[in-house]
Amino acid sequence: MTGFSSRLPAAARAIVDGDRRALARTITAVENGDPSADRVVRSLYARSGRAPVVGLTGPLGVGKSSLVNALVGRLRSLGQTVGVIGVDPSSPFTGGSVLGDRIRLERRADDTGVFFRSMASRGAAGGVAAATREVSRLLDAAGFDVILVETVGSGQVDVAIRDIASTSIVVVVPHLGDEVQTLKAGLFEIADIFCVNKVDLPGAELAKRDLAELVTLGGRPSGWTPPIVGTSTVEPTGIDELWNDVIAHEKFLDSSEERTRGERKRLSTEIVGLARDHVGRELTHRLERDPSLRHLLDEVVARRIDPRTAADRLVRGGRRAR
Amino acid sequence: MAKGRVAKKTPIRVLIAKPGLDGHDRGAKVVARALRDAGMEVIYAGLRQTPEEIVRAALEEDVDLVGLSILSGAHMALFPRVLSLLKEEGGQGIPVFAGGIIPDEDARRLKKAGIRAIFGPGTSLEEIVTTARSLARRSA
Repeated sequence: MTGFSSRLPAAARAIVDGDRRALARTITAVENGDPSADRVVRSLYARSGRAPVVGLTGPLGVGKSSLVNALVGRLRSLGQTVGVIGVDPSSPFTGGSVLGDRIRLERRADDTGVFFRSMASRGAAGGVAAATREVSRLLDAAGFDVILVETVGSGQVDVAIRDIASTSIVVVVPHLGDEVQTLKAGLFEIADIFCVNKVDLPGAELAKRDLAELVTLGGRPSGWTPPIVGTSTVEPTGIDELWNDVIAHEKFLDSSEERTRGERKRLSTEIVGLARDHVGRELTHRLERDPSLRHLLDEVVARRIDPRTAADRLVRGGRRAR
Repeated sequence: MAKGRVAKKTPIRVLIAKPGLDGHDRGAKVVARALRDAGMEVIYAGLRQTPEEIVRAALEEDVDLVGLSILSGAHMALFPRVLSLLKEEGGQGIPVFAGGIIPDEDARRLKKAGIRAIFGPGTSLEEIVTTARSLARRSA
């Protein structure tokens, strides 16, 4: 629908035209679930899907922010523009957050080829925020050549980046654990690329060997074998190689059915998730506001009907709730 | 939008940055932590930021508020520069507050220039949080 650009809402038009303030404000609106962002997000979808979305994930303290900065430097030297989203956790207690990913970003005050946005997870599990995917699309539609997404310092099951990124880099450091850790389910399953950062530290060779063993134990169903790259950002090492591996993976996606297959899977997850949220909101509203259904809740509280039965009735619109 | 959507309270976003060349960021960190505990999203930009970098971060991050911390004595040069750049870049509506070692006479002049609040040593965190919240809410 790109031929209908004149029909874009004003904010969407501004974003496409490179207005960074409009982009920043729309990102806020998306994060806040502000209805004003709704049309903008919808109208820009057709302009996304062009930039590779590269996710960096891994436990806290492995150097994700420093690697992002190094990759930004590499990409800028290649003449590519970069949109970055750095996600950090929100407090489960106060909702507050300290977003510190920006601190590693090298001084680029006058470089308009980089747009960096810090984002709080706001209660979302899995290592990214609810808004991360849509915001990465906004950056894509704004024309950035590559989108980098840095997750929250991840635990073993924080794999949500998989639903957003076309290439996922799992970052580890030496001495994170023995080779059995690499066999465990979760984080290590989603790597398109393994990055052993702080490769200047002792134990790096062992860490790489353990990962190499994991990789040879059995390939991915797609036929892609994740490469293992050693990097350091102190004395910059392996950054070019890391980026070349990203390119290689993106090319692999294009040369096989994997790009389409992955996209279909991610979009299906997204559509069902959005629909579920929508229906969930409706049901919450009904249960709490609809007088006939509030009665349903009373019945469950009083142990007269059970939650499963109440759920059945809620979905059916409460026609038999009385 | 679904009718059932309830308007959520959106967190205040605040940038905490240290312009100037002194390396004493403990105060900035204490304030960042206090604002976090008050439920705000604090973008911590860290040490030795130029006014250009601060303004750029404020605009990209679309913050409701900017807090500057300085102990080097260069506030009379750096704070007005942040304010004028913010204005140039269309961010004049973003309130700026400051903390650090700032003599009373300078503080008066800086307030006149548009710094909305200045906190010296000994200010309670409660006062900072309350002021930050009211500045951010008024600008929204």
